[in-house]
Amino acid sequence: MSAAPSTVIGVREVGTSLGDDMRAVRMIWKRELIRFTRNKVRMITSLAQPVIYLFILGTGLSQLIPGGSKIDYRTFIFPGVLGMTVLFTAIFSALSIVWDREFGFLREMLVAPVRRSALVLGKCLGGATVATFQGAVMLIFCGLVHVPYSAALLLTLVAEMALLAFTLTAFGTVIAARMAQVETFQVVMNFIVLPMFFLSGAVFPLDRLPRWLAVLTKIDPMTYAIDPMRRAVFDHVTISPRLAHTLNPGMTWGGHRLPAGLELAVVAALGLGMLVMAVVQFSRPE
Amino acid sequence: MVQIAGRDVGPSQGGAAPVIEAVDLTKRYGELEAVKSVSFSVEPGETYGFLGPNGAGKSTTISMLCTLVRPTAGTATVAGFDVVRRRTEVRRQIGLVFQDTTLDDYLTGAENLRFHAELYRVPKSELDDRLHQVMDMVGLWERRGSIVKTFSGGMKRRLEIARGLLHSPRVLFLDEPTVGLDPQTRSHIWGYINELKRRESITMFLTTHYMDEAEHCDRIAIMDNGELVVVDTPEALKRSVGRDRVSITSENDEAAMRVLAERFDLEPTISEGAITFFVAHGEQFVPRLFADPDITINSVHVARPTLDDVFMTYTGRTIRDAEASGTERMRANPWMRSGGRR
Repeated sequence: MSAAPSTVIGVREVGTSLGDDMRAVRMIWKRELIRFTRNKVRMITSLAQPVIYLFILGTGLSQLIPGGSKIDYRTFIFPGVLGMTVLFTAIFSALSIVWDREFGFLREMLVAPVRRSALVLGKCLGGATVATFQGAVMLIFCGLVHVPYSAALLLTLVAEMALLAFTLTAFGTVIAARMAQVETFQVVMNFIVLPMFFLSGAVFPLDRLPRWLAVLTKIDPMTYAIDPMRRAVFDHVTISPRLAHTLNPGMTWGGHRLPAGLELAVVAALGLGMLVMAVVQFSRPE
Repeated sequence: MVQIAGRDVGPSQGGAAPVIEAVDLTKRYGELEAVKSVSFSVEPGETYGFLGPNGAGKSTTISMLCTLVRPTAGTATVAGFDVVRRRTEVRRQIGLVFQDTTLDDYLTGAENLRFHAELYRVPKSELDDRLHQVMDMVGLWERRGSIVKTFSGGMKRRLEIARGLLHSPRVLFLDEPTVGLDPQTRSHIWGYINELKRRESITMFLTTHYMDEAEHCDRIAIMDNGELVVVDTPEALKRSVGRDRVSITSENDEAAMRVLAERFDLEPTISEGAITFFVAHGEQFVPRLFADPDITINSVHVARPTLDDVFMTYTGRTIRDAEASGTERMRANPWMRSGGRR
């Protein structure tokens, strides 16, 4: 092999075709998946937290719900826990950019003759795929929280999680672009990720909140994904419409409840906006 | 000032267009002028070395040529493309081996290279052969399936060299390719680089602050305080010093010192039990010394000038002294400062 005459592969055509950029997107996506599957510890520990919320917090708080309501608090919290799984995995994936910067690999990507948009898109798709996968794994617990394994429901939830995962990875990428040190990670978790989770309606219904809190829930992108997911779950469990409304008042703008489709459109729009912001940040000249 | 003699003795006689051409290249960071109006050209197939202490501006220059840092003034072209206006084209023509490792520790050696191949659009039909070829060259083909985390520092550097070559660049830039490696690994790396020089018609541009490594280059540019002091072949540079280093031991050092100073008009110094002085044509001088009745010589050692002597001659200090004063001035590596956000 080594004896083969080595010729310099001459000058390749200049110009950037879409197909070439797709190669870069696919490779960066694939790298996310390879790194994820190699890190078995991460695969398991990132599921530990949602499981703890679902079965320890969920079971404990079930005691507070009056016995006659005929709905398990864990059923209520289940869509929230799916969102949490997606949130933590997606943000973690995005923030791995900071590790890449610290260990130098980011430079290998940034000096390559590839559009920054291709790099960012690959990263976001990779993080989204991993987060959706982790969320989908959580669906195995449906039976334990009285949610039926209905194909239509599972597919709906996976699709909604995928959309949320993409938006959150893009959001995390925007944060990571500004983060210089790995130490900032805890700050991001405590001051951005946890509030996003609690304000999303994942663990308590969002009506009858004080005004300042209600405003915060409306600007939390996760809210617009948790509500459609909970609606999908409630559509598949036996629950009176009144109770369903009490537990899931949904997102209202000016007193009108948003339809699920519009909520998902908001999530998608935010995702695209974040993606564009991330591309701009990584394209900034020195 | 010294005549830049390299222009007419180097491989430039072929008349081919230079692969790298810098004209008045300048980089300022606020008050600090890291690179001061530097001009040079590198011919196809040449191994061109920037030699200088840490903080001399070598890395900043290489960063500008690699399109990672925008010059404050001046222009440069690499493979015919302007480094500011045609960045993507320049990047496609160059391979880079950085001072700090830029591998993904969690991927295998082969995966790191495949990743690179996708980013640099190596045609799929060529990829497998090329991958085998470059990994073989650095002796890592057998370890292609190992996770990079398990590699030693030298293996990582070799893998980076292989990766830098994977897309068949016109120019391979190596910024301090052996820094932080033990002497044995360093000499191995140089074995690979020399092999590469022999086998691929590739131009190499490297920086180093190790004198012995600069010897491997076809031409050396000595850089100090952001300026190019002199450019020439290692041999011509040593010749230009014009003096050999002569060390003698004698029966009576004091008398010998006096004779050398008074009768031969030299400036002898005593270090480690030997009298050392510099003189043109040392081998012709020694017989004259033996003929002198007032000196009884026990041993003689005549040495051609080293690159250390060259550096000393052109900058007035040793590279080690220069390092000591230069490090605090330009501690921050310009690539670290700007690389992350680009």
